[in-house]
Amino acid sequence: MATLAPTQTLDLTERFPSAVTPDARPGYSGWIVNSQNLVEFAATLRDEFGYDYLSSVTGVDYLPEGRMEVVYHAFKTTGGPGVVFKVQVPRQDPVEVPSLISVYPGVELQEREAWDLLGIKFVSHPDLRRVLMWEGFAGHPLRKDWKEPYFEEDVKPLKNRWPEGRIVQAESKNPFGDNVAYPEGFDPDESQFDPEKALYDSLRKCQVEEVGLKSDHLLVNMGPHHPSTHGVFRMAVILDGETIVSLKPVMGYLHRNHEKIGERNTFLMNMPYTDRLDYLTSMSNNFAYALAVEKLMGVKPPERAEYIRVIMAELTRIANHVWAVGFLLNDLGAYFTPMLYGQEERELILDIFEAVAGSRMMCNYFRFGGVARDVTDNVLQKIKDHAFERLPRKVDEIERLLADNEIIRSRGIGQGILTAEDAIRYSAAGPLLRASGIPYDIRRADPYSIYDRFEFDVAVRQNGDIYDRMMIRFDEMRQSIRIIQQAVRGLPKGEIQAGRPQYTVRVPAGEAYGRVEGPKGELGFYIVSNGKPNPWRYHVRAPSFINLTAFEPMSVGQKIADVVAILGSIDIVLGEVDR
Amino acid sequence: MTEEMYGKGIVKGLGVTLKRFWDTYWDDAVWLFRRVTKGEKRYHSPEGIAHRSGKDSRGIFTIQYPEEKLPSPEEFRFLPFLVYDEDENGVKTLRCTSCGICAKVCPPQCIWIVRTTDPATGRPVPDPLEFYIDVDMCMNCGLCAEYCPFDSIKMDHAYELASFGRQVLDKAALSKSATYYESVRPLNAARENAARAAKEASRAVLQKTE
Repeated sequence: MATLAPTQTLDLTERFPSAVTPDARPGYSGWIVNSQNLVEFAATLRDEFGYDYLSSVTGVDYLPEGRMEVVYHAFKTTGGPGVVFKVQVPRQDPVEVPSLISVYPGVELQEREAWDLLGIKFVSHPDLRRVLMWEGFAGHPLRKDWKEPYFEEDVKPLKNRWPEGRIVQAESKNPFGDNVAYPEGFDPDESQFDPEKALYDSLRKCQVEEVGLKSDHLLVNMGPHHPSTHGVFRMAVILDGETIVSLKPVMGYLHRNHEKIGERNTFLMNMPYTDRLDYLTSMSNNFAYALAVEKLMGVKPPERAEYIRVIMAELTRIANHVWAVGFLLNDLGAYFTPMLYGQEERELILDIFEAVAGSRMMCNYFRFGGVARDVTDNVLQKIKDHAFERLPRKVDEIERLLADNEIIRSRGIGQGILTAEDAIRYSAAGPLLRASGIPYDIRRADPYSIYDRFEFDVAVRQNGDIYDRMMIRFDEMRQSIRIIQQAVRGLPKGEIQAGRPQYTVRVPAGEAYGRVEGPKGELGFYIVSNGKPNPWRYHVRAPSFINLTAFEPMSVGQKIADVVAILGSIDIVLGEVDR
Repeated sequence: MTEEMYGKGIVKGLGVTLKRFWDTYWDDAVWLFRRVTKGEKRYHSPEGIAHRSGKDSRGIFTIQYPEEKLPSPEEFRFLPFLVYDEDENGVKTLRCTSCGICAKVCPPQCIWIVRTTDPATGRPVPDPLEFYIDVDMCMNCGLCAEYCPFDSIKMDHAYELASFGRQVLDKAALSKSATYYESVRPLNAARENAARAAKEASRAVLQKTE
């Protein structure tokens, strides 16, 4: 296991005496960097200190203090804790921060997201368009002074629900449904406005100079309702014949502003909402959110709860991976046979979740300092049956079905390659990163919960192509089975919740970043509390979303039919991409 | 293609599908034998469903909903309901005291409660005058049931609730008897009844000593 000096001993003020100050606010950590030195600072951090992996970028709107803050979380792919650095700028439009895209190209979509939702302009970002909202959207919704249609109150619980809760449905107040605001000078009926213009312009900007025979390029939209897009996802591509010249992912069709909802909610209310992020892996989502809030609260779950958490998170990983492999095969044209073989195992795992948590998909099982209810002996027996008998057998069977298949090999090997350097640069996470030869698994690199007690190998494959990204999921399932077997054997008796369960938790002021190795990659929650019952900032570092940054570099030069398989091998869930 | 395999991989994969094809008929034959000897059925019977959702399941896996249904585990949750106790004379009293915790903890804020006030004193009475749940907004998270201190709001098992319009359930529609609750969640109900009995016993002891 990699052990590194903790960040506290890292003295960045010595290296940058005039540009960097430690963040001294109570409950905060990390460094505050002058905005004009940011790019230089980041380059030094990457090249001299080895923080080569920028995992999360987000903004925070400190409305009362009149400033905006951009928060960066950087890690080393060799392991160890990360470093947090921030840039503070006055909250006056235009809010401008230099873009880090030249140092960490993986910030592309994240900076676009911060621009879209918070209105932070990243100077020198080559393609600073909105990413989740459409171009005709008025304002930046995550700003604290932005109000949505049907706005009721700033925070929940809403006052008109009790004790005088006579039901009114907000939309009935507005019979014409006219609740849309447009930007100034924008007329939806005017035909000159073309919401797609910015997208197509940026697609053409990326186009490379062609040599040889002159031929016309073709612009094709795949999706948003194309069956191969795993949801309402769209990619706009420019084709030269069948070959991809440039590609832009277009998303936001399932956007519901999860983070704004999260800031309205109390801390506990967010737990069931996290289920709906990546709706295939709700237990992992719960895990990451619980970790982040527990860091702020300073509580530690009892032993039994820790073991149960690990068992559930690993079962989730298996359920996700059989599904991911199945869908990848669907994309390759193996219509539903491997998918349904995998789904049998997933259904049986969901039976366990239903018995434990009460719901198959929207588990809402974790609580701050524990889990919601205990695992009964019947269910434990069922978990044992699966972990020791059925799952090892079935993972082998599905692998036997697929691994040597000539069609899969010829369509997978050498296609959609993401090199190790690119995987790090584009902040790819999870199986995508490990299939490119980087053995970076947060369970090992920066262990959380009780993962340091289990024996397992970090799955890694070397080629970074579609085939390796499929096979690494089999490797990971086997490791998950190993972890579950150890956890089931070691499961102690005892409490499952630290302290009495409470519906209003006291969260001290401060910030925390909790992250887990989710089935799709690093899932992180960045939470800022100001001591009130509701989080001031609630940000999700969504692996599906950030993995899409590497989608274009993987696809350019490939054939259009392979792009579908490349997307399948990334394994995205639109609930998490669009949030 | 990187190497020559002459279709060996495809044949190997087809072996898996062939085995599963064979399993389907073999398992049906095994169950035919069990039906003759023990009277157990693979389809439309509890033992058959248990077999198909168990670790040794093979062959046809599907539960033929709605002809057969997977049994709901005790913790299964779908929409809250209000529990009332019924005494010997058939008088129904809701356990709800309209304390409002469920309305405060509800993530989508779909619970609406009007508290009763005593017209003489103007003080609140521990009994809800009106109680609504906007079922279309409810996300079935179960937090209301989890944090109710009076065991009065609980999650139901009835999940076939398709309708043609928006559904807002009022107090009458939400109320269900404690006997129903015990039939749906026997273990939970037994545990809660024991805890309540212990609490009342300790209170009685306390009153006696006073």
